[in-house]
Amino acid sequence: MKIRVALIVAACAFAAGAAQAASPENGRKAFVAHGCWQCHGFEGQGSAVTSNGAVLSNTELPFEAFEGFVRGTNRAMPPYREAILPSADLADIYAFLHTVPKPKDPNSIPLLK
Amino acid sequence: MARKDLGRDDSQTKLNRRNFLTGVAVAGAAVTAAPGANAATSAETPAASPRPSALPPTAKMAAAETGTPAELKHEGGKPGSDFMVDVIKTLDIKYLPCNPASSFRALHESLIDYGKNTSPEFLTCMHEESAVGMAHGYFKIAGKPLMTLVHGTVGLQHAAMGIYNAWCDRVPVIVVGGNDLDAAHRPPGVPTFHSAQDINALVRDFTKWDDTPTSPQHFAQSMVRMYKTAMTPPYGPVMMSLDAGLQQEPMRDYGGEKLYIPRYVPSSPPQGDTGAVKEAAKLLVNAERPVIVVDRAARTPNGIKLLVELAELLQAAVVDQGGRMNFPKTHYLNRPPNVIGPADVIIGMELSDFWAVVNGYVDNGDHGIGFNETKIKPGTKLISINSVELITKSNYQDFQRFQVVDVSMPADAEATLPALIEAVKSAIPDSRKDAIAKRGEAFRKASANGRENVRKAAALSWDASPISTARLCMELWGQIKDLDWSLVASEGNVSNWPNRLWPMEKHHHWLGRSGGYGVGYGAPASVGAALANRDLGRFSVSIQGDGDLMYAPGVLWTAARHKIPLLSVMHNNRGYHQEVMHVQRLANFRNRVVYNGNDLSPLGTSIENPDIEYHKLAESMGWWAKGPIKDPADLGPALKEAIAVVKSGQPALLNVWTQPR
Repeated sequence: MKIRVALIVAACAFAAGAAQAASPENGRKAFVAHGCWQCHGFEGQGSAVTSNGAVLSNTELPFEAFEGFVRGTNRAMPPYREAILPSADLADIYAFLHTVPKPKDPNSIPLLK
Repeated sequence: MARKDLGRDDSQTKLNRRNFLTGVAVAGAAVTAAPGANAATSAETPAASPRPSALPPTAKMAAAETGTPAELKHEGGKPGSDFMVDVIKTLDIKYLPCNPASSFRALHESLIDYGKNTSPEFLTCMHEESAVGMAHGYFKIAGKPLMTLVHGTVGLQHAAMGIYNAWCDRVPVIVVGGNDLDAAHRPPGVPTFHSAQDINALVRDFTKWDDTPTSPQHFAQSMVRMYKTAMTPPYGPVMMSLDAGLQQEPMRDYGGEKLYIPRYVPSSPPQGDTGAVKEAAKLLVNAERPVIVVDRAARTPNGIKLLVELAELLQAAVVDQGGRMNFPKTHYLNRPPNVIGPADVIIGMELSDFWAVVNGYVDNGDHGIGFNETKIKPGTKLISINSVELITKSNYQDFQRFQVVDVSMPADAEATLPALIEAVKSAIPDSRKDAIAKRGEAFRKASANGRENVRKAAALSWDASPISTARLCMELWGQIKDLDWSLVASEGNVSNWPNRLWPMEKHHHWLGRSGGYGVGYGAPASVGAALANRDLGRFSVSIQGDGDLMYAPGVLWTAARHKIPLLSVMHNNRGYHQEVMHVQRLANFRNRVVYNGNDLSPLGTSIENPDIEYHKLAESMGWWAKGPIKDPADLGPALKEAIAVVKSGQPALLNVWTQPR
């Protein structure tokens, strides 16, 4: 249990570090340039059809896990290796995804009540 | 049979099929009678110098087809095409969407003059694919087929994609192609390019039946047979090659034979074998986790009622693949496809691909080839009711991969449901009733949770620009919810939001998709369905893909010309989005940075630079239109304006910039 907590703390620290060093503005551009928007939408909101419902905006995945998935994927998503998506760009994208406004409560939207 | 040549003198016009047998001896004269100086070459008059084997039409030849038609000699007697109209009128075909052409000019003239342009009423179309697409959409609302006329070769080639969609979507469309069959007598030049020995061959692989009548009586039999064949489940398009001469010639004495028009009597749909129905019922009532999967099961509104009855009897989850509106989206037994994994019995009804229901396919496996994986447990029993097995053809692979099933009924699902329901009622033992009821309770909870999750997902990026597809759909819903509405097409893929959020319950709330996934279906099918809805006083709305509209946008003019009210809301994501993702995917698997040029997406997949102003396009063809709408706050007010226009009987289009999906 202790080891697990330590890992999470370390991951979060890394994530925080990565996010601090990264540029959300560059990340927004990289998100578009590398085609992430195609399946995930311009704000990483996802789609039941193209991202199997996966939501990237404000992701709770630590950066390390996020990067691990992007590099290897589950094959449903094509992998983005370092040669086509440099780690610096990926860190920027991760930072950008944390600047997307938090989703509204559906109960606050009359059309969704 | 023969069409008289334009510009021939009287002695030559006497040479047609009627006196063909006696005229064989003067065949040479017929050859020399061909108009145009180049046509003077004949067996008796060798050419002075070598000529290419294929010559372009001379000015005179081309003028015969493309210029003002020459004066025709008045023909005595009732034209053959008038009799054809008599036949067509017995079938009560309401409309005839059509792009005009000379190979059916005689029938065209008879329809609008002799037939008074009613049953069918001629609707001017700007592309044959639009005409077929309109008939496709119309049927899904009206339940009755339309007929279209196409020019022999070129018109039929234009129509072919629409016909393929109708074939894959099991929709009846009656296609009649004009053809100048008699090569010795048809006008030379353009009409010859537009004729063929067997025009039906082009679409034979994806039509239920075709024929080439050679007499008026043959026409009468073929026409009624076509209608009957098209309208017997599984429905499908049918084709007739109709000779231009046969249309144009006056009626004559057919050796004392009195012409008659066969009466159309509908065929009853094929029902599943009684023994197989009982076996299926036994498997279903003894299952712990039965699942019903439906694609085109509900052919009519009654099909929905029957499916609800069966599902409730079994308390079985229903996965509606959406080929038609099969099952109410608001029902607690309407479940997502993930219920298939734990199922122990699955019954598939009118599925276009049973294999893909129980198997998964992951694109780009090792070595660039996709791999398969089963989705179900070993021992899961599979039952199929599928009428399409009765008309499987060889060439086009719309029947998909072969799937072994335990009980197979090549029969119409809707026609089989009453017997299956009775068999299930008889087979349920008292000892199973509690367990079955408990299953229902679990589904009620799952349904409520699922609904909550969908609402949360819809709230994501609610204020984004470009506008989220969830926002697009819900702003639209907010404006139409109090109307008797019909979503006539949803071709721009919007993440299935209408199916997930709108309370779809009636058969006309959702019409399914194109069938063959041939892009370009959405716009004409919407107009055709809106035409049928207009006659029922119903409000039609379409979510219109940008790429889809640009295949044949002339159908917008047809809607305005014939006052067909339709609200078309553009899902303008500025690209062929499916292809955007495909090319990106391949580049990634190959570890290459994809080349976008100056566009947002891989070169060749964007529709931008310049952006198409769809609102101006629609305006130019008589629509009320507005756009581009990029700010979600502007969408609701614009929809309100557009709906007022549509209620007044006119079509309206909103060009909305959207998120990709």
